[in-house]
Amino acid sequence: MKGMEFGVGLFVVAGLLALAMLALKVGNIHVLNDGASYSVTADFNNIGSLKPKAPVTVAGVRVGQVARIAVDPISYRAIVTLDISKRYKFPRDSSASIVTAGLLGEQYVSLSPGGSEHDLKNGGKIRITQSAIILEQIISQLLYRKAGHS
Amino acid sequence: MIRIVVNSLSELGRRVIAGVGRLGRAALFLGRLAPSLGVSLTRFRLIIQQLYMTGVLTFVIILVSGAFVGMILALQGYNTLVRYDAQSSLGLLVALSLTRELGPVLAALLFAGRAGSALTAEIGLMKATEQLAGMEMMAVDPLTRVVAPRFWAGWMAVPLLAMIFSAIGILGAYVVAVGDLGLDGGVFWSQMQSGVSVTNDILGGLIKSVVFGFVVSWIAVFEGYDAHPTSEGVSRATTRTVVSSSLAILGLDFIMTAFMLRGL
Repeated sequence: MKGMEFGVGLFVVAGLLALAMLALKVGNIHVLNDGASYSVTADFNNIGSLKPKAPVTVAGVRVGQVARIAVDPISYRAIVTLDISKRYKFPRDSSASIVTAGLLGEQYVSLSPGGSEHDLKNGGKIRITQSAIILEQIISQLLYRKAGHS
Repeated sequence: MIRIVVNSLSELGRRVIAGVGRLGRAALFLGRLAPSLGVSLTRFRLIIQQLYMTGVLTFVIILVSGAFVGMILALQGYNTLVRYDAQSSLGLLVALSLTRELGPVLAALLFAGRAGSALTAEIGLMKATEQLAGMEMMAVDPLTRVVAPRFWAGWMAVPLLAMIFSAIGILGAYVVAVGDLGLDGGVFWSQMQSGVSVTNDILGGLIKSVVFGFVVSWIAVFEGYDAHPTSEGVSRATTRTVVSSSLAILGLDFIMTAFMLRGL
């Protein structure tokens, strides 16, 4: 009887641990939960295939994630909201660009810090942005240039 | 000629009517079981006993098959992804396949084969040897004393087993991907974390496994309780449990996946 109860207890704990591992290690609930982040926005002409939850990096190190993507109804540019961990401060004239990991990998936002003495605050805006590189556009430009030369 | 058509049509009709009648009996049985389900919660010791028989004894088979499924997924996925130079997404591929689909479905199928059949055989034999009738003679309700604890235990065990299956599968895939295929461990986890949503994928899988647990336990206890009280009847009921729960799991999985992916 005791051994059986021990077995059942172990089984239930194992099941709950597995659920906890799935939630914490596989999904990233802790990033959403710690709340120690501030959000800034950046406008892009074209975001390519950037998605919410994509990483935000500086020098390749993950410092936050994309929270929301919306379209400005007047200028028709994409407004990307970035959640950045409070541990990292960035100068106000930092720039954001959308880059691709590998040829067909996921797209993420890469920040390059500027030189201003003032830091970006919650709700601030990154003014200098570089849009995603669309492979088809580059290929068509290349083709047109070739056609122009001949 | 006309005679053959009429005969085969009436044969088909007879089978459909029998099938619908069976479904109706199963629903009525669930209705009769419902009050006993509440009562049996007050005797939790019986449920724990059954949780041992159904859950703990299925634990090992779930561990082993989960690990193998994860390792196979990693090998297969790598083989496909490497052609597009997208091996870094291997962790994401494995995690999504396991948490959304394979974990709940395979755990439920294994459970139906390992524990569901045993539940049916046990209850069916109790009926064949007139133990259930004996209990009724002693004013002990067999639904409360025998059927309800087994139903609860099966229903509780399947979601736990499904979560264990997914977790072990991901660990197995990690071992193959990082140890054997030489992928970077950090990329394996970070791609997974940025692509797996807790509310959609993991909770969706959990909901699926709760539904599967309910259906498999329901079929198992119903087939046992409804079996012909002969050795042949019990053997047929056991077979029916495995066949109908497997079909029910796959059919329900299709329906739930369609709803979940389209966002209801």
